[in-house]
Amino acid sequence: VSGILVCEAGCVLENLESFLDNEGFVMPLDLGAKGSCQIGGNVSTNAGGLRLVRYGSLHGNVLGLEAVLADGTMLDMLGTLRKDNTGYDLKHLFIGSEGSLGIVTKVSILTPPKLSAVNVAILACDDYVSCQKLLLEAKRKLGEVLSAFEFLDSQSMDLVLNYLEGVRNPLPPSLHNFYALIETTGSDESYDKEKLQAFLLASMENGLISDAVIAQDINQASSFWRIREGVPEALMRAGAVYKYDLSLPLERMYDLVEQMRMRLGDSAKVVGYGHMGDGNLHLNISASQYDDAQRSNPLYMNGLRCTVEVSVRSMVLAS
Amino acid sequence: MKIMVAIKRVVDYAVKIRVKPDKTGVETNNVKMSMNPFCEIALEEAIRIKESGLATEVVAVSVGLAQCVDTIRTGLAMGADRGIHVEWKGEGLGLGPLNVAKVLRALVEMEEPRLLILGKQAIDDDCNQTGQMVAGLLNWPQGTFASKVVLDKEKQTVMVDREVDGGLETLCLDLPAVITTDLRLNQPRYATLPNIMKAKSKPIKKVTFEDLKVKVKSDIEVIQVTEPPKRKAGVILSSVDELINKLKNEARVI
Repeated sequence: VSGILVCEAGCVLENLESFLDNEGFVMPLDLGAKGSCQIGGNVSTNAGGLRLVRYGSLHGNVLGLEAVLADGTMLDMLGTLRKDNTGYDLKHLFIGSEGSLGIVTKVSILTPPKLSAVNVAILACDDYVSCQKLLLEAKRKLGEVLSAFEFLDSQSMDLVLNYLEGVRNPLPPSLHNFYALIETTGSDESYDKEKLQAFLLASMENGLISDAVIAQDINQASSFWRIREGVPEALMRAGAVYKYDLSLPLERMYDLVEQMRMRLGDSAKVVGYGHMGDGNLHLNISASQYDDAQRSNPLYMNGLRCTVEVSVRSMVLAS
Repeated sequence: MKIMVAIKRVVDYAVKIRVKPDKTGVETNNVKMSMNPFCEIALEEAIRIKESGLATEVVAVSVGLAQCVDTIRTGLAMGADRGIHVEWKGEGLGLGPLNVAKVLRALVEMEEPRLLILGKQAIDDDCNQTGQMVAGLLNWPQGTFASKVVLDKEKQTVMVDREVDGGLETLCLDLPAVITTDLRLNQPRYATLPNIMKAKSKPIKKVTFEDLKVKVKSDIEVIQVTEPPKRKAGVILSSVDELINKLKNEARVI
């Protein structure tokens, strides 16, 4: 009834999701790595994921945890009450501490009820400004049923279509500049579908989107998600990747990608994708091979890796 | 040339099926329903034939409960021109392939298409009978398990590659004909927003069994539906003698 799950830190996220599925609940977080990541690690890194825009971060969903400190002391903060204001709320220090304070060994987490109606759509936008306006409109018009808002640029889509099997262009025949993947989760399928269609129609009429597809069954919905969740895999197959997981102010988010593209020119491909719903950009630079040769020589900054790190650092400091 | 496509609303292919506690059937309450995947393929093929200029109209028809209309709308969003819904209120012991075949025959006599395309089977009952029965009732040639369809407008024939156990069989059928589609025939398109909006204004005609002069007879009664028994764990044996003993005395196969 309470939806509170208590488990050990080594449980794999996907297994927890399957277990909860039988009970009628879902995990409040979802990542592309769900097949292998463990919940203890998720908590220690304060993992965000695809559903943060709907269920919030782990700081809100973790009710308690058990951790072991460096000297062997076991801290039992494994409360399972939804509301508990006794004493200092130490668990928050551990969430996101990446193991620097202690190792998380058990977690008690609040799981939302499983809602039956899920709709997924992929939309095409011409520029980044439209994507931002679209996000605002989605939060307003779809409100309580919005469960994910992800975005990919055309370079990400191109990589996925070229390097992954069984994936096809959702909006053929060409590539659009930007794609947004929107998911709604609610309790009434026809009501949510109407809401989504009305929102998409209005967006199209206002010029925010140039086209859209709505998944007609679960298979199509999964294939839409495969496109977004498959970007890291496609990048890996394309060659060497330099990954940056950054949280930036929404308006500046894509500037970073465009500036990197300018600085790197033809030497590497820069792609941007991520959880636009919470301002989290995955900036990935794909080169044909790694080049650490000049790493130890501070005067010789020719290596691609050096260029990247200097550029990103200066841009992040400036924004 | 008109093409008629029969589609069915079924439990979504990706849903984990549960048997109802009273064992009368499969749980369909609050469960995602979608167009049968083979019907999607049938519709896609019909639309492609129309887009190539060999047909002028695609009519999507469905026999079933009121919510079938949603499935017909999806078909219209994919590109069908209009829909027909033969409403079944859920009475009796169920519809079944023969009743649906009789309804389709009546619809074919009403609409006079040159080609009737269906999915090879529905994923809820796996009957694989409706297409064959309709062809029999209409006395039309049939090309079932189609993995390739090529229409010849001049000769009014259709070449169908069929997936059979031994490989592929190619038939040449005279029109009008019945085709049932198999998995590898095509990959159905996604429904884009402009088409979904256009579909809202495409007509779906409501027709009753009485209009078609079809009497629905339920000859089959489902007595019980159960899950298959859970697979028992295997046993590791230590010697061939033990194996022979088990085969002889437990499994009783030698």
